[in-house]
Amino acid sequence: MARDSTTRLLGVAFIICLVCAVLVSTTAVMFKERQAHNREIEKKRNILQIANLFDPGRPVEEQFKKVQVRVVDLELGRFAAADYPAALAGGEQTRYNIPPDKDSAGIKTRPRYMEVYLVSDQGRLQQIVLPVYGKGLWSTMYGFIALGPDLSTVTGFGFYEHGETPGLGGEIDNPAWRAKWPGKMVYDQSGNVRITVIKGAVDSGSPDARHRIDGISGATLTARGVGNLLTYWMGENGYSMFLQTMRTSREKTK
Amino acid sequence: MSTSREVLLNPLVLKNPITLQILGICSALATTSKLETVTAMALSVTLVTAFSSFFISLIRRQIPGSIRIIVQMTIIATLVIIVDQLLKAYAFSISKQLSVFVGLIITNCIVLGRAEAFAMKNPPLPSFLDGIGNGLGYSMVLFVLGFFRELLGSGKLFGYTILPLTTDGGWYLPNGLLMLPPSAFFLIGLIVWAVRTWKPDQVEKEG
Repeated sequence: MARDSTTRLLGVAFIICLVCAVLVSTTAVMFKERQAHNREIEKKRNILQIANLFDPGRPVEEQFKKVQVRVVDLELGRFAAADYPAALAGGEQTRYNIPPDKDSAGIKTRPRYMEVYLVSDQGRLQQIVLPVYGKGLWSTMYGFIALGPDLSTVTGFGFYEHGETPGLGGEIDNPAWRAKWPGKMVYDQSGNVRITVIKGAVDSGSPDARHRIDGISGATLTARGVGNLLTYWMGENGYSMFLQTMRTSREKTK
Repeated sequence: MSTSREVLLNPLVLKNPITLQILGICSALATTSKLETVTAMALSVTLVTAFSSFFISLIRRQIPGSIRIIVQMTIIATLVIIVDQLLKAYAFSISKQLSVFVGLIITNCIVLGRAEAFAMKNPPLPSFLDGIGNGLGYSMVLFVLGFFRELLGSGKLFGYTILPLTTDGGWYLPNGLLMLPPSAFFLIGLIVWAVRTWKPDQVEKEG
Protein backbone atom coordinates (compact mmCIF):
# COMPACT_ATOMS: atom_id res chain seq x y z
CA MET A 1 0.00 0.00 0.00
CA ALA A 2 1.39 3.41 -0.88
CA ARG A 3 2.53 5.46 2.09
CA ASP A 4 0.23 8.36 1.36
CA SER A 5 -2.86 6.54 0.12
CA THR A 6 -6.13 7.74 1.61
CA THR A 7 -6.92 4.40 3.24
CA ARG A 8 -3.56 4.27 4.92
CA LEU A 9 -3.81 7.89 5.96
CA LEU A 10 -7.14 7.31 7.65
CA GLY A 11 -5.90 4.07 9.16
CA VAL A 12 -2.82 5.61 10.74
CA ALA A 13 -4.80 8.61 11.98
CA PHE A 14 -7.43 6.32 13.49
CA ILE A 15 -4.95 4.08 15.28
CA ILE A 16 -2.96 7.03 16.66
CA CYS A 17 -6.12 8.70 17.95
CA LEU A 18 -7.36 5.46 19.50
CA VAL A 19 -4.09 4.75 21.30
CA CYS A 20 -3.77 8.35 22.53
CA ALA A 21 -7.40 8.51 23.65
CA VAL A 22 -7.00 5.31 25.66
CA LEU A 23 -3.82 6.65 27.30
CA VAL A 24 -5.38 9.99 28.19
CA SER A 25 -8.56 8.51 29.61
CA THR A 26 -6.63 5.88 31.56
CA THR A 27 -4.50 8.52 33.31
CA ALA A 28 -7.53 10.73 33.92
CA VAL A 29 -9.42 7.90 35.60
CA MET A 30 -6.38 6.60 37.46
CA PHE A 31 -5.60 9.91 39.17
CA LYS A 32 -9.14 11.20 39.60
CA GLU A 33 -9.47 10.33 43.27
CA ARG A 34 -6.09 11.75 44.25
CA GLN A 35 -6.79 14.99 42.39
CA ALA A 36 -10.21 15.36 43.98
CA HIS A 37 -8.57 14.90 47.38
CA ASN A 38 -6.01 17.58 46.53
CA ARG A 39 -8.73 20.00 45.49
CA GLU A 40 -10.62 19.33 48.72
CA ILE A 41 -7.53 20.12 50.80
CA GLU A 42 -6.92 23.23 48.72
CA LYS A 43 -10.47 24.41 49.34
CA LYS A 44 -10.17 23.82 53.08
CA ARG A 45 -6.86 25.66 53.12
CA ASN A 46 -8.49 28.61 51.38
CA ILE A 47 -11.37 28.70 53.85
CA LEU A 48 -8.90 28.72 56.73
CA GLN A 49 -6.86 31.45 55.07
CA ILE A 50 -9.86 33.68 54.44
CA ALA A 51 -10.98 33.22 58.04
CA ASN A 52 -7.45 34.10 59.11
CA LEU A 53 -6.95 30.80 60.90
CA PHE A 54 -4.39 29.18 58.66
CA ASP A 55 -1.13 27.97 60.14
CA PRO A 56 1.19 26.70 57.40
CA GLY A 57 3.06 24.51 59.88
CA ARG A 58 0.16 22.18 60.60
CA PRO A 59 -1.79 19.77 58.39
CA VAL A 60 -4.87 21.35 56.83
CA GLU A 61 -7.18 18.46 57.79
CA GLU A 62 -6.32 18.84 61.45
CA GLN A 63 -6.84 22.60 61.46
CA PHE A 64 -10.12 22.26 59.62
CA LYS A 65 -11.59 20.29 62.54
CA LYS A 66 -12.60 23.52 64.25
CA VAL A 67 -14.64 24.52 61.23
CA GLN A 68 -18.19 23.28 61.10
CA VAL A 69 -19.61 22.62 57.65
CA ARG A 70 -23.35 23.28 57.30
CA VAL A 71 -25.65 23.40 54.34
CA VAL A 72 -27.93 26.37 53.78
CA ASP A 73 -31.19 26.21 51.89
CA LEU A 74 -31.19 29.58 50.14
CA GLU A 75 -34.84 29.30 49.12
CA LEU A 76 -36.08 28.93 52.68
CA GLY A 77 -33.29 31.08 54.10
CA ARG A 78 -32.23 28.63 56.81
CA PHE A 79 -30.03 25.65 57.45
CA ALA A 80 -31.12 22.66 55.43
CA ALA A 81 -32.61 19.62 57.13
CA ALA A 82 -30.35 16.86 58.30
CA ASP A 83 -30.57 14.88 55.07
CA TYR A 84 -28.69 17.57 53.22
CA PRO A 85 -26.10 15.38 51.49
CA ALA A 86 -29.02 14.07 49.45
CA ALA A 87 -30.03 17.63 48.67
CA LEU A 88 -26.49 18.53 47.56
CA ALA A 89 -26.19 15.40 45.49
CA GLY A 90 -29.51 16.20 43.86
CA GLY A 91 -27.61 18.48 41.47
CA GLU A 92 -29.61 19.75 38.52
CA GLN A 93 -33.14 19.76 39.88
CA THR A 94 -32.12 21.90 42.81
CA ARG A 95 -30.67 24.63 40.60
CA TYR A 96 -32.46 27.93 40.64
CA ASN A 97 -32.71 30.13 37.56
CA ILE A 98 -31.85 33.68 38.51
CA PRO A 99 -34.11 36.31 36.93
CA PRO A 100 -31.84 38.23 34.49
CA ASP A 101 -32.57 41.61 36.07
CA LYS A 102 -31.39 40.33 39.45
CA ASP A 103 -28.39 38.45 38.16
CA SER A 104 -25.70 41.02 38.95
CA ALA A 105 -23.13 38.25 39.42
CA GLY A 106 -23.68 37.10 35.83
CA ILE A 107 -24.04 33.42 36.74
CA LYS A 108 -27.54 32.66 35.33
CA THR A 109 -28.27 29.83 37.78
CA ARG A 110 -27.27 28.96 41.30
CA PRO A 111 -27.75 25.89 43.46
CA ARG A 112 -30.53 25.91 46.01
CA TYR A 113 -28.19 24.47 48.62
CA MET A 114 -24.84 26.00 49.51
CA GLU A 115 -22.20 24.79 51.91
CA VAL A 116 -21.21 27.37 54.50
CA TYR A 117 -18.52 27.15 57.14
CA LEU A 118 -18.93 28.16 60.78
CA VAL A 119 -16.08 28.94 63.12
CA SER A 120 -17.14 28.95 66.77
CA ASP A 121 -15.36 29.37 70.05
CA GLN A 122 -17.00 27.73 73.07
CA GLY A 123 -20.36 27.65 71.36
CA ARG A 124 -20.26 31.28 70.27
CA LEU A 125 -20.09 32.02 66.59
CA GLN A 126 -16.87 33.82 65.70
CA GLN A 127 -17.02 33.82 61.93
CA ILE A 128 -19.11 32.49 59.11
CA VAL A 129 -17.45 31.81 55.75
CA LEU A 130 -19.72 31.99 52.71
CA PRO A 131 -18.74 30.88 49.22
CA VAL A 132 -19.39 33.50 46.52
CA TYR A 133 -18.73 33.56 42.80
CA GLY A 134 -19.46 35.59 39.72
CA LYS A 135 -18.16 37.01 36.48
CA GLY A 136 -15.10 39.20 36.41
CA LEU A 137 -13.77 40.57 33.14
CA TRP A 138 -12.78 37.27 31.51
CA SER A 139 -13.66 34.53 33.91
CA THR A 140 -15.85 33.34 36.70
CA MET A 141 -14.16 34.21 39.97
CA TYR A 142 -14.64 31.84 42.92
CA GLY A 143 -14.04 33.06 46.43
CA PHE A 144 -15.12 33.19 50.03
CA ILE A 145 -16.26 36.01 52.26
CA ALA A 146 -15.92 35.69 56.01
CA LEU A 147 -18.24 37.69 58.28
CA GLY A 148 -17.90 38.40 61.98
CA PRO A 149 -20.48 37.61 64.72
CA ASP A 150 -22.71 40.55 63.69
CA LEU A 151 -23.04 38.88 60.26
CA SER A 152 -22.21 42.12 58.50
CA THR A 153 -18.60 43.02 59.30
CA VAL A 154 -16.16 41.47 56.86
CA THR A 155 -13.35 39.55 58.54
CA GLY A 156 -11.78 38.24 55.37
CA PHE A 157 -12.36 38.06 51.66
CA GLY A 158 -10.54 36.57 48.73
CA PHE A 159 -10.70 34.43 45.63
CA TYR A 160 -9.23 30.98 45.21
CA GLU A 161 -9.84 30.54 41.52
CA HIS A 162 -10.16 33.01 38.65
CA GLY A 163 -8.75 33.67 35.20
CA GLU A 164 -8.25 37.43 35.32
CA THR A 165 -5.17 39.01 33.73
CA PRO A 166 -2.10 38.64 35.93
CA GLY A 167 -0.84 42.04 37.04
CA LEU A 168 -4.15 43.76 36.25
CA GLY A 169 -7.36 42.02 37.30
CA GLY A 170 -5.20 39.35 38.90
CA GLU A 171 -4.31 41.94 41.53
CA ILE A 172 -7.51 40.93 43.34
CA ASP A 173 -5.19 38.30 44.86
CA ASN A 174 -2.78 40.97 46.08
CA PRO A 175 -2.50 40.69 49.88
CA ALA A 176 -2.38 44.47 50.14
CA TRP A 177 -5.78 44.75 48.47
CA ARG A 178 -7.25 41.84 50.38
CA ALA A 179 -6.14 43.56 53.58
CA LYS A 180 -8.49 46.46 52.79
CA TRP A 181 -11.55 44.26 53.32
CA PRO A 182 -11.56 43.29 57.00
CA GLY A 183 -13.60 45.74 59.05
CA LYS A 184 -15.85 46.85 56.19
CA MET A 185 -19.61 46.50 56.61
CA VAL A 186 -21.71 44.56 54.10
CA TYR A 187 -25.10 45.89 55.27
CA ASP A 188 -26.30 49.31 56.41
CA GLN A 189 -28.69 49.90 59.35
CA SER A 190 -31.76 48.96 57.36
CA GLY A 191 -30.22 45.76 55.98
CA ASN A 192 -29.44 46.90 52.44
CA VAL A 193 -26.32 45.55 50.76
CA ARG A 194 -24.04 48.52 50.53
CA ILE A 195 -20.58 47.05 50.11
CA THR A 196 -18.98 48.08 46.85
CA VAL A 197 -15.63 48.50 45.17
CA ILE A 198 -15.24 52.06 43.96
CA LYS A 199 -12.97 53.60 41.36
CA GLY A 200 -9.96 55.22 42.99
CA ALA A 201 -9.33 55.54 46.71
CA VAL A 202 -11.93 55.69 49.46
CA ASP A 203 -12.33 59.05 51.18
CA SER A 204 -12.04 58.00 54.81
CA GLY A 205 -14.07 61.02 55.95
CA SER A 206 -17.14 60.04 53.96
CA PRO A 207 -19.98 58.41 55.93
CA ASP A 208 -20.01 55.56 53.42
CA ALA A 209 -16.33 54.78 53.85
CA ARG A 210 -17.07 51.65 55.85
CA HIS A 211 -18.98 50.16 52.93
CA ARG A 212 -16.42 51.06 50.28
CA ILE A 213 -13.21 49.45 49.11
CA ASP A 214 -10.49 51.08 47.02
CA GLY A 215 -10.51 50.14 43.36
CA ILE A 216 -7.48 48.63 41.63
CA SER A 217 -5.95 50.68 38.84
CA GLY A 218 -5.96 48.72 35.62
CA ALA A 219 -8.64 46.42 36.95
CA THR A 220 -11.78 48.54 36.82
CA LEU A 221 -13.94 45.88 35.18
CA THR A 222 -12.71 43.04 37.37
CA ALA A 223 -13.31 45.17 40.47
CA ARG A 224 -16.79 46.02 39.23
CA GLY A 225 -17.40 42.27 38.90
CA VAL A 226 -16.26 41.77 42.48
CA GLY A 227 -18.71 44.41 43.71
CA ASN A 228 -21.53 43.00 41.59
CA LEU A 229 -21.10 39.44 42.73
CA LEU A 230 -21.16 40.55 46.36
CA THR A 231 -24.29 42.60 45.70
CA TYR A 232 -25.87 39.43 44.38
CA TRP A 233 -24.71 36.93 46.97
CA MET A 234 -25.25 39.16 49.98
CA GLY A 235 -28.63 40.32 48.62
CA GLU A 236 -32.14 38.87 48.93
CA ASN A 237 -31.46 36.34 46.20
CA GLY A 238 -28.35 35.14 47.99
CA TYR A 239 -27.56 34.81 51.67
CA SER A 240 -29.45 37.83 53.01
CA MET A 241 -32.54 35.90 54.09
CA PHE A 242 -30.45 33.19 55.71
CA LEU A 243 -28.32 35.72 57.60
CA GLN A 244 -31.49 37.46 58.78
CA THR A 245 -32.88 34.16 60.08
CA MET A 246 -29.61 33.55 61.88
CA ARG A 247 -29.72 36.99 63.49
CA THR A 248 -33.30 36.60 64.75
CA SER A 249 -32.80 33.08 66.02
CA ARG A 250 -29.83 34.35 68.00
CA GLU A 251 -31.87 37.22 69.42
CA LYS A 252 -34.35 34.65 70.71
CA THR A 253 -31.77 32.48 72.40
CA LYS A 254 -30.23 35.47 74.13
CA MET B 1 26.26 10.18 12.04
CA SER B 2 26.95 11.90 15.31
CA THR B 3 27.66 9.87 18.43
CA SER B 4 25.17 9.46 21.25
CA ARG B 5 27.37 11.64 23.40
CA GLU B 6 27.19 14.50 20.92
CA VAL B 7 23.45 14.05 20.49
CA LEU B 8 23.00 14.31 24.23
CA LEU B 9 25.50 17.07 25.03
CA ASN B 10 25.42 19.38 22.02
CA PRO B 11 22.07 20.98 22.91
CA LEU B 12 23.47 22.10 26.27
CA VAL B 13 25.60 24.94 24.88
CA LEU B 14 26.55 24.48 21.23
CA LYS B 15 22.97 24.06 20.00
CA ASN B 16 21.02 25.29 23.00
CA PRO B 17 17.34 25.59 22.05
CA ILE B 18 16.85 28.86 23.95
CA THR B 19 20.08 30.76 23.41
CA LEU B 20 20.88 29.64 19.86
CA GLN B 21 17.51 28.81 18.36
CA ILE B 22 15.52 31.27 20.54
CA LEU B 23 12.78 28.68 21.05
CA GLY B 24 10.63 28.13 24.13
CA ILE B 25 10.96 31.75 25.25
CA CYS B 26 7.32 32.08 26.29
CA SER B 27 7.49 29.51 29.07
CA ALA B 28 11.01 30.65 30.01
CA LEU B 29 9.51 34.05 30.85
CA ALA B 30 6.44 32.78 32.61
CA THR B 31 7.66 30.02 34.89
CA THR B 32 11.04 31.22 36.14
CA SER B 33 10.19 33.49 39.06
CA LYS B 34 10.82 30.61 41.48
CA LEU B 35 13.17 27.64 41.36
CA GLU B 36 10.42 25.33 42.59
CA THR B 37 8.28 25.92 39.51
CA VAL B 38 11.40 25.88 37.33
CA THR B 39 12.17 22.35 38.52
CA ALA B 40 8.70 21.09 37.71
CA MET B 41 8.66 22.83 34.33
CA ALA B 42 12.17 21.68 33.39
CA LEU B 43 11.40 18.09 34.32
CA SER B 44 8.08 18.14 32.46
CA VAL B 45 9.53 19.59 29.25
CA THR B 46 12.52 17.22 29.31
CA LEU B 47 10.30 14.17 29.76
CA VAL B 48 7.81 15.28 27.13
CA THR B 49 10.53 16.09 24.59
CA ALA B 50 12.34 12.80 25.18
CA PHE B 51 9.30 10.54 25.07
CA SER B 52 7.57 12.32 22.22
CA SER B 53 10.77 12.08 20.15
CA PHE B 54 11.06 8.41 21.09
CA PHE B 55 7.52 7.46 20.11
CA ILE B 56 7.49 9.58 16.97
CA SER B 57 10.78 8.05 15.88
CA LEU B 58 9.39 4.59 16.61
CA ILE B 59 6.56 5.04 14.11
CA ARG B 60 8.34 7.52 11.81
CA ARG B 61 8.19 5.12 8.83
CA GLN B 62 4.44 4.61 9.30
CA ILE B 63 3.47 8.29 9.53
CA PRO B 64 2.11 9.54 6.19
CA GLY B 65 3.91 12.75 5.16
CA SER B 66 0.74 14.72 4.62
CA ILE B 67 -0.49 14.37 8.20
CA ARG B 68 2.83 14.08 9.99
CA ILE B 69 2.60 17.36 11.92
CA ILE B 70 -0.83 16.60 13.30
CA VAL B 71 0.29 13.07 14.22
CA GLN B 72 3.28 14.56 16.06
CA MET B 73 1.03 17.06 17.80
CA THR B 74 -1.36 14.31 18.90
CA ILE B 75 1.46 12.31 20.45
CA ILE B 76 2.92 15.41 22.12
CA ALA B 77 -0.47 16.51 23.41
CA THR B 78 -1.14 13.07 24.87
CA LEU B 79 2.14 13.12 26.76
CA VAL B 80 1.55 16.65 28.01
CA ILE B 81 -1.90 15.73 29.33
CA ILE B 82 -0.41 12.74 31.14
CA VAL B 83 2.28 14.96 32.71
CA ASP B 84 -0.38 17.50 33.67
CA GLN B 85 -2.50 14.81 35.33
CA LEU B 86 0.53 13.50 37.20
CA LEU B 87 1.40 16.96 38.49
CA LYS B 88 -2.19 17.55 39.59
CA ALA B 89 -2.12 14.28 41.49
CA TYR B 90 1.32 14.46 43.08
CA ALA B 91 2.41 18.12 43.07
CA PHE B 92 -0.83 20.02 43.35
CA SER B 93 0.48 23.38 44.57
CA ILE B 94 3.15 23.44 41.86
CA SER B 95 0.62 22.54 39.20
CA LYS B 96 -1.56 25.42 40.41
CA GLN B 97 1.34 27.84 40.06
CA LEU B 98 2.28 26.55 36.63
CA SER B 99 -1.43 26.69 35.67
CA VAL B 100 -1.77 26.86 31.90
CA PHE B 101 1.94 26.59 31.21
CA VAL B 102 1.95 22.82 31.60
CA GLY B 103 -0.74 22.60 28.95
CA LEU B 104 1.20 25.04 26.82
CA ILE B 105 4.16 22.65 26.63
CA ILE B 106 2.18 21.30 23.67
CA THR B 107 2.95 24.51 21.81
CA ASN B 108 6.55 24.71 23.03
CA CYS B 109 8.49 24.93 19.78
CA ILE B 110 11.33 22.86 21.22
CA VAL B 111 9.19 19.73 21.43
CA LEU B 112 7.71 19.91 17.96
CA GLY B 113 11.01 21.23 16.59
CA ARG B 114 12.93 18.17 17.80
CA ALA B 115 10.21 15.82 16.60
CA GLU B 116 10.25 17.29 13.11
CA ALA B 117 13.98 17.98 12.79
CA PHE B 118 15.42 14.91 14.50
CA ALA B 119 12.97 12.18 15.48
CA MET B 120 11.47 11.88 11.97
CA LYS B 121 14.91 11.04 10.53
CA ASN B 122 16.64 9.06 13.30
CA PRO B 123 16.12 5.80 15.19
CA PRO B 124 14.29 5.81 18.53
CA LEU B 125 17.24 5.66 20.92
CA PRO B 126 19.20 8.62 19.52
CA SER B 127 15.88 10.51 19.28
CA PHE B 128 15.26 9.85 22.94
CA LEU B 129 18.74 11.11 23.83
CA ASP B 130 18.26 14.13 21.60
CA GLY B 131 15.03 14.88 23.46
CA ILE B 132 16.75 14.54 26.83
CA GLY B 133 19.62 16.75 25.63
CA ASN B 134 17.36 19.50 24.36
CA GLY B 135 15.25 19.26 27.47
CA LEU B 136 18.39 19.67 29.56
CA GLY B 137 19.56 22.61 27.44
CA TYR B 138 16.20 24.27 28.05
CA SER B 139 16.29 23.35 31.73
CA MET B 140 19.77 24.78 32.16
CA VAL B 141 18.71 28.21 30.93
CA LEU B 142 15.55 28.01 33.05
CA PHE B 143 17.58 27.24 36.16
CA VAL B 144 19.94 30.17 35.54
CA LEU B 145 16.93 32.48 35.07
CA GLY B 146 15.16 31.05 38.11
CA PHE B 147 18.29 31.37 40.24
CA PHE B 148 18.74 35.08 39.54
CA ARG B 149 15.06 35.94 39.56
CA GLU B 150 14.27 34.21 42.83
CA LEU B 151 17.47 35.31 44.58
CA LEU B 152 17.36 38.97 43.56
CA GLY B 153 13.57 39.26 43.25
CA SER B 154 12.56 37.72 46.56
CA GLY B 155 15.83 37.00 48.37
CA LYS B 156 15.22 33.26 48.39
CA LEU B 157 16.35 30.03 46.73
CA PHE B 158 13.89 27.12 46.59
CA GLY B 159 11.79 29.09 49.09
CA TYR B 160 14.59 29.34 51.69
CA THR B 161 15.63 32.85 52.64
CA ILE B 162 19.16 33.68 51.50
CA LEU B 163 19.03 37.46 51.58
CA PRO B 164 16.79 38.64 54.44
CA LEU B 165 14.33 41.20 53.10
CA THR B 166 13.87 44.66 54.55
CA THR B 167 10.16 43.93 54.91
CA ASP B 168 11.06 41.09 57.28
CA GLY B 169 13.63 43.14 59.18
CA GLY B 170 16.64 42.19 57.01
CA TRP B 171 18.86 44.34 54.85
CA TYR B 172 18.01 43.33 51.29
CA LEU B 173 15.65 45.49 49.27
CA PRO B 174 14.24 43.13 46.59
CA ASN B 175 14.18 44.08 42.94
CA GLY B 176 10.50 43.90 42.05
CA LEU B 177 11.19 43.91 38.31
CA LEU B 178 12.75 40.46 38.57
CA MET B 179 9.44 39.06 39.82
CA LEU B 180 7.78 40.12 36.57
CA PRO B 181 8.04 38.01 33.41
CA PRO B 182 9.70 40.72 31.23
CA SER B 183 12.80 40.64 33.43
CA ALA B 184 13.53 37.17 32.03
CA PHE B 185 13.84 38.84 28.62
CA PHE B 186 16.73 40.96 29.88
CA LEU B 187 18.37 37.97 31.51
CA ILE B 188 17.99 35.80 28.39
CA GLY B 189 19.50 38.66 26.39
CA LEU B 190 22.50 38.76 28.71
CA ILE B 191 22.91 34.98 28.55
CA VAL B 192 22.74 35.00 24.73
CA TRP B 193 25.33 37.78 24.69
CA ALA B 194 27.62 35.85 27.05
CA VAL B 195 27.31 32.58 25.12
CA ARG B 196 27.94 34.25 21.77
CA THR B 197 30.98 36.07 23.09
CA TRP B 198 32.31 32.72 24.23
CA LYS B 199 31.29 30.92 20.98
CA PRO B 200 31.45 33.59 18.25
CA ASP B 201 30.36 31.11 15.55
CA GLN B 202 26.83 31.27 16.99
CA VAL B 203 26.45 34.89 15.91
CA GLU B 204 24.06 35.17 12.97
CA LYS B 205 25.54 36.66 9.80
CA GLU B 206 24.14 40.05 8.89
CA GLY B 207 22.26 40.68 5.67
